[in-house]
Amino acid sequence: MSPEPIMPSIEILGLEKTYQVGFWRKRPKQALRPLHLQVEDGEIFGFLGPNGAGKTTTLKLLMGLIFPTSGSARILGREWTDPAVKAQIGFLPEQPYFYDYLTAHELLEYYAQLSGVPGKLRRQRIEQVLHQVGLRDVQGVQLRKFSKGMLQRVGIGQAILHDPKLVFFDEPMSGLDPMGRREVRDLMEQLKQEGKTVFFSTHILSDAEALCDRVAIIHKGEVLRVGAVDDLTSSVRGKVEVIWQGSQIPASIKALGAECHVTADMVRAILDEKHQDAVIDALRRERLRLVSVTPVRTSLETYFVEKLRHAETTAGSIAGGA
Amino acid sequence: MKPRRKITGIASVTLLLSLAASSFILHRVDQLRPQATLDEVLFLSSPTVIQRASLGYDGLMACIYWTRAVQYFGYRHHYHAASYNLLAPLLEITTRLDPHLIIAYEFGASFLSPKPPQGAGEPQRAVELMQYGIQQNPDNWHLYYDLGFVYYMDLRDYKKAAEIFQQGSQLPHAHPFLKILAAQMAQHAGEYDTARMLWSATYENTQDKQIKENAIEHLRALRVDEDVQHLQEAVTRFGERTGHLPENIAELAAAEHLPGVPVDPDGQPYKLTPDGRVEVRVPDDFPFATMGLPPGYTPKPTLRDYH
Amino acid sequence: MKTSIPHIASNTFREAVRDRVLYNLIAFALLLSGAAILVGQISIEIEKLVVINLGLTAVSLFGVVIAIFIGIGLVSKEIEKRTLYTVLSRPVRRWEFIVGKFFGLAGTLTVNTFFMAIGVFAALFYVSHRFVRADALIFVALYFIILEFLIVCSLALLFSSFSSPLLSAVFAFSLFVIGSFSEDLRNFASMAHGVSRWLATGAACLVPNFSAFNVIASIAHEQPVAVQLILQNTLYALFYAAMALSGAVLIFEHRDLK
Ligand SMILES: Nc1ncnc2c1ncn2[C@@H]1O[C@H](COP(=O)(O)OP(=O)(O)OP(=O)(O)O)[C@@H](O)[C@H]1O
Ligand SMILES: [Mg+2]
Repeated sequence: MSPEPIMPSIEILGLEKTYQVGFWRKRPKQALRPLHLQVEDGEIFGFLGPNGAGKTTTLKLLMGLIFPTSGSARILGREWTDPAVKAQIGFLPEQPYFYDYLTAHELLEYYAQLSGVPGKLRRQRIEQVLHQVGLRDVQGVQLRKFSKGMLQRVGIGQAILHDPKLVFFDEPMSGLDPMGRREVRDLMEQLKQEGKTVFFSTHILSDAEALCDRVAIIHKGEVLRVGAVDDLTSSVRGKVEVIWQGSQIPASIKALGAECHVTADMVRAILDEKHQDAVIDALRRERLRLVSVTPVRTSLETYFVEKLRHAETTAGSIAGGA
Repeated sequence: MKPRRKITGIASVTLLLSLAASSFILHRVDQLRPQATLDEVLFLSSPTVIQRASLGYDGLMACIYWTRAVQYFGYRHHYHAASYNLLAPLLEITTRLDPHLIIAYEFGASFLSPKPPQGAGEPQRAVELMQYGIQQNPDNWHLYYDLGFVYYMDLRDYKKAAEIFQQGSQLPHAHPFLKILAAQMAQHAGEYDTARMLWSATYENTQDKQIKENAIEHLRALRVDEDVQHLQEAVTRFGERTGHLPENIAELAAAEHLPGVPVDPDGQPYKLTPDGRVEVRVPDDFPFATMGLPPGYTPKPTLRDYH
Repeated sequence: MKTSIPHIASNTFREAVRDRVLYNLIAFALLLSGAAILVGQISIEIEKLVVINLGLTAVSLFGVVIAIFIGIGLVSKEIEKRTLYTVLSRPVRRWEFIVGKFFGLAGTLTVNTFFMAIGVFAALFYVSHRFVRADALIFVALYFIILEFLIVCSLALLFSSFSSPLLSAVFAFSLFVIGSFSEDLRNFASMAHGVSRWLATGAACLVPNFSAFNVIASIAHEQPVAVQLILQNTLYALFYAAMALSGAVLIFEHRDLK
């Protein structure tokens, strides 16, 4: 292997998509504002956003399934429309659907041919992939007889079939049972171990939190934030957790609006960060013994909801002002 | 963007080139099989079979066969073909598919019975076609007119013609001239007048351009025949009076106290040959004229026959 | 350069077979054997005529119906069901997809026609108990029928690339009917004048010309087919199919998938 210069796996350079909607009199509908995003080599990148945010639109643009109104992208250092790129990427569409007259083996065989997997390797590779996605005993069963989750597994299988350097998953967990989710998480971890880049969209934030090196939050076709999960969640002016001994709660602390839980011999109070000093002073005055003061880490979910709510209100005020 | 633009370019060029090539080959194929649509008439000349095969879309098929008949006749007529073998089957198929397509009968009356190159020379089949038409459309006086016309013009059966005109004249809404025609037939009135009346009636009662043009040609020819007959008589009178033939047509006109030199329907003066025959200047312009033509004159050369 | 055309073509063929398209052969066999037995009562000359006419006409009509019904769904159904997503996100160019589909469908029809041809010859043997040299003309008719299928396939594919299956079926059938009367259309064109003449001539060049492919009646009467005609028809079918396919590629190349 020749040493390659480190380059981003995906560079999205202002991709923009405006659909024309309406049957007779077309109105423009902007699904994606000019989007800029960079995904580094070897990371698991989460693409988060509520329904209709533009996640699928972005992935379809990158796959060349729809064409952008403007902008471009580079994938693995090449122009994204370059056919050579396609051999090195895998794609799982949202709610995947396949030729239902084929069996899983035939489908994967066909896709392996299209992806240029050498004939000798195919059989072995197909078995391996089917095992990886947890599909057993499907020999000779046509895909029309597959359940939703089984199809999802086939979809993941076909995306990694040709051992791509970069995979795109559109909601990989949807339709999967708890075991399946676990397996797909492990699979993504494993891909990362193998040095692959994973770019996936989801609204299941716990998955993102557990897996992603970095995430982007997209809303109404616009990226609100990009960053490591840790940075995002700790960057919020959060709350602190103050714990002291005893069962007494001073009135001044109550007055600050703290949420207090009394356990056997401890009090746990959660309150706004800005009242931290006031609380410590109060404890000192009452001669209560302070055990700990820790910032409460916001979950990604809290952050996400907060961020979206904020976006809604600013968008609303802009719309109202216009 | 680049690969896509390249493919767009290649596909556009391929599209245009193959359109050009296929159009060109189409032209070649047409030359290879002139009148090819008519081939099937050769193999499937039975109207019943064609009616069955048209699966109930008789009306549409009738229109197609009618167009083919017109096209066939027009094409061959243009090249002065010596035969029109397929005209009768084409019209028979057309009228079987749509028995109420009156124009097809009119067309048959005008072009089926006259001798080539003006028509197919099959007056008997024309009569059968008209009889079929009358059977299918007993209330339509046009068909009686057409049948009587064939009897009069091509079969020279004046009695039968008078009978048919008489029958037609009794139909509701029949044109009054049918009665007059019936009377004239019976009296054997002057031939030119009757013929003129018939052709004028044809001209006025048809919508078909080709039939109209044909009627005009006949009316022009009638005038030539009549003029030439009168002038020829004048030449004879001149000779009897003076003992010699007139020098030219002007001398004849002066002797007959005509207002000027007599001209044919195209405005060309008639000419007088040294042996005293009156002739038209351009015989080709009067394909139906029977008089005033040079001796041994035949119409333009004929096209090689395909069928 | 590696191309995915053969893979796409063979998958298209496999789809047709799994959709039980070849079952039409049963209907065809029933029709033909019924006809052969029935006309067996009539005189020898006419029964040969009936078998050839009926057999070849059925080959052509069955094939056209299959070509249209499969062809109209080839692209639009894949867009509708989104099976294309996982195909086009592989190293498959869109034009390869179109061309592959075309060959797959054409192959299906050729195989279908092959079996039907066996049926025609069997029926012919049944009624006349031997083959004569003139029967070789049937091969020419069959060849022309396959050429006709190429055109129909390419047109169905063209319509499929931009319109819904139902509308495509309507378009394709109308073009088939118009194409069968295209010589009449060109006759119309030559009779018209001025602008309408240009328009009619243009239309006559754009619609397919199927009349020259239909030699069934004449070969049934043992009329030979000119070598020139075989040549010209071959070229015509190839160019016409190329034209329709280029149109399909042009449209599909610029289309957003649903
Ligand atoms: N073909 C289309 N025509 C018009 N508008 C479209 C089309 N496809 C998507 N949109 C619009 O674009 C926006 C983004 O849609 P997209 O499918 O990318 O959302 P998403 O983030 O994938 O949502 P979800 O989580 O529900 O899958 C939506 O408002 C949607 O209505
Ligand atoms: Mg989506």
